[in-house]
Amino acid sequence: MQTLRFPARFDYLDEIREFVGNSARQNGFDGKDVYNIQLAADEAASNIIEHAYKGKADGEIQISCGLEAERFAVVLVDYGKSFNPSHAPLPNLSADLAKRRIGGLGIFLIYKLMDEVYYQSNPDKSNTLTLVKRRA
Amino acid sequence: MEITHQEFKRCDLFKLIGRIDSATAPQFAKALEKAVGSGKYKLVLDMSELEYMSSAGFRALLAAQRAAKKYNRGEVTLASMPDRIHEAFDLAGFTELFKIFDDPLQAVGHF
Repeated sequence: MQTLRFPARFDYLDEIREFVGNSARQNGFDGKDVYNIQLAADEAASNIIEHAYKGKADGEIQISCGLEAERFAVVLVDYGKSFNPSHAPLPNLSADLAKRRIGGLGIFLIYKLMDEVYYQSNPDKSNTLTLVKRRA
Repeated sequence: MEITHQEFKRCDLFKLIGRIDSATAPQFAKALEKAVGSGKYKLVLDMSELEYMSSAGFRALLAAQRAAKKYNRGEVTLASMPDRIHEAFDLAGFTELFKIFDDPLQAVGHF
């Protein structure tokens, strides 16, 4: 597993996607899977910045990624407010334009794009979100 | 992210270049709000040079579509959407909310 730490700011999303994408590529994923893994990691990091840190300027996200037993994992650790993504309300995909809710879309995409999603919270310490893509 | 603008008789064409994520989506949303706010309700977004779009961009599109379609005065249409963006757009259930054309001139001709 390779690990890097990033400031919890939207202007670091480019670097987060690059880090995760390079690791996925090195581990044999093709362009389409790389894009989807990058998108899932971006949505996860964006949620951490927006909700766990609520725009707090000095937050940090630690990201590790790598392959173990044909499973590529992206592990995001934050030290902010806990937020279990499995408790997020799902967007109503059949609602028309006027009623379509805007929240929850990122988390919904994470579940669609990845094969497994785990969340673990140690209150007042850290939160760990693990995203897994299986290698076909 | 960069946006270029071209005015047509019946609609306005915006070309989106680069990446739209949580960092750049506010700039994208602002450009769309500005267009609708100045009375441009028929918009074509050319995505041929868009490399990446996260849900932050999808949300901006949804808000713009709502504003443009108000009182049946217009709509936001999309053109040349790259496959990878299209796939995520589909997963998010957004495909049915927009007309998506193969190329920008076809979309311009639709208005």
